[in-house]
Amino acid sequence: MAEPPMVLAENVHKSYGRTEVLRGIDLAVERGEVMCVIGPSGSGKSTFLRCVNHLEKINGGRLSVDGRLIGYREKNGKLYELKEREIAAQRRQIGMVFQRFNLFPHMTALENVMEAPLKVRRQPRAKARVAARLLLERVGLADRASHYPSQLSGGQQQRVAIARALAMEPALMLFDEPTSALDPELVGEVLEVMKALARDGMTMVVVTHELGFAREVADTLVFMDEGVILEQGPPTQLLTHPTHPRLQEFLSKVF
Amino acid sequence: MKTQENGRARPEAIRAVPVRHPGRWIAVAVLVVLTAQFAHMLFTNEQFMWAYMFENAFRPSVLEGVRTSLVLTVLAMLIGVALGVVIAVLRLSDNPVLSGVAWVYTWFFRAVPRLVLAVLFGNMGILYAQYTVGLPFTEQFADLLGVDINGTIFSIDANTLLTGFMAGLLALALSEAAYMAEIVRAGILSVDPGQAEAASALGMSKPLVMRRIVLPQAMRVIIPPTGNETIAMLKDTALVAFVPVTNELFFQLTAIGTRDFRPFPMLVAACLWYVALTSVLLVGQYFLERRFSRGTQRTARARTRLRVLGGDH
Repeated sequence: MAEPPMVLAENVHKSYGRTEVLRGIDLAVERGEVMCVIGPSGSGKSTFLRCVNHLEKINGGRLSVDGRLIGYREKNGKLYELKEREIAAQRRQIGMVFQRFNLFPHMTALENVMEAPLKVRRQPRAKARVAARLLLERVGLADRASHYPSQLSGGQQQRVAIARALAMEPALMLFDEPTSALDPELVGEVLEVMKALARDGMTMVVVTHELGFAREVADTLVFMDEGVILEQGPPTQLLTHPTHPRLQEFLSKVF
Repeated sequence: MKTQENGRARPEAIRAVPVRHPGRWIAVAVLVVLTAQFAHMLFTNEQFMWAYMFENAFRPSVLEGVRTSLVLTVLAMLIGVALGVVIAVLRLSDNPVLSGVAWVYTWFFRAVPRLVLAVLFGNMGILYAQYTVGLPFTEQFADLLGVDINGTIFSIDANTLLTGFMAGLLALALSEAAYMAEIVRAGILSVDPGQAEAASALGMSKPLVMRRIVLPQAMRVIIPPTGNETIAMLKDTALVAFVPVTNELFFQLTAIGTRDFRPFPMLVAACLWYVALTSVLLVGQYFLERRFSRGTQRTARARTRLRVLGGDH
């Protein structure tokens, strides 16, 4: 049997009360693939990303990562909700980077990166520290290890956040508008780190407004609007020859 | 004169006549006169009997009272904070029964004055002569079924359990827990939800997120009011005199005054003792606050300021 895709969404629905945010999402992310998701705000792209690691519960359809349903167990055709502990275990293989970094402000950069390996994987402190230093080096912040987040620029904070997510050695990385809260001159350094990650073969789903990045790095570009995927394919094709009128309209506003 | 890069001379510093504040000067004068009058009274009014007061303010029984009051404060706060955290977490639970119970607890213990609680707990011995820990309702079931079941694990005499000290401690601690629960809840709610989200996304379990990520950040909001609570608690230990607990500070001081028919100087002594003890607590609070503001803008800036002062640039 062929390996299942890293992320498989089948007719995924999500609503808050009466508002439908996701109205039937179908997509597959293969191993090593970089998928960028674009679309106007409120199109449901961030919500979809949050469903992938069960920060949001889906109301319908099926969503699996690495061949395993997210948040549920299937037995004799019936779905059972997973326990907190099991959900936490599932999340360990999925790294997430947030728009607002969400670094732990009471810990230094190094402690931020060490926290999960220490407390979740129960690694010995010395080992976690060595690994965390290597990760900070990888994102170019070896000299900022003992700085608190408030002493770092936005771009540096986001790079620490990426290192923190990588510390759990995830099989999949989710990026929720990682550069949207940054000053324009700081966007580049974060995108560079993400490009390096893509080159190393990490499977990534990136919700972004950076079309240049998408064109350069993405294997697949997905355009979402009002909770559905309107068009997906190679980024050059979508960006230069958009077929759907909503995508044409979106691109004309962005460029 | 220094020449700037653009070639223009730097202008002279401005020397203007400052605004006068006559109102402030009047206020200062009034306060100086009042302070002088107060000091004059302290030194000339013989009712203060300073010599008598200082002679009696450090008797062994008083020092024993200081010790009891401090022990009560520390124990009541420890129990109050621990129980308060539990109640706050219950209150924030998704389960309506758990959060409801927590709400009722805070509602009741905030509604009843501490003095009333202290006296009430002092009289708990009336309810049962024996307090028993065991399986619930075994006696009732045994009666119902007509069999003999003993569900008792251990039992203790009411007078042994609820000594004056225990009763006073319980009254203060349980009441404190209600206030602490509200303070802790406010602290937890003040933490950005993105923090818990980021921690969960790393695969941390809910209790771990609470302990490692949310509570340490909530501390910054929790500590200042907790310092106030501790100070209030130190003062409220005077209430256990009504349980009665007789070896506590206020009771000991007034006892001396009553015995000698000189109550006033010993009341002044009580004021001075509480002011002194409270001041010590304030210093402790300062250091605690500094410890838990790690990583915030304020400490970062303070550190930079220190570096500037130290010339380390």
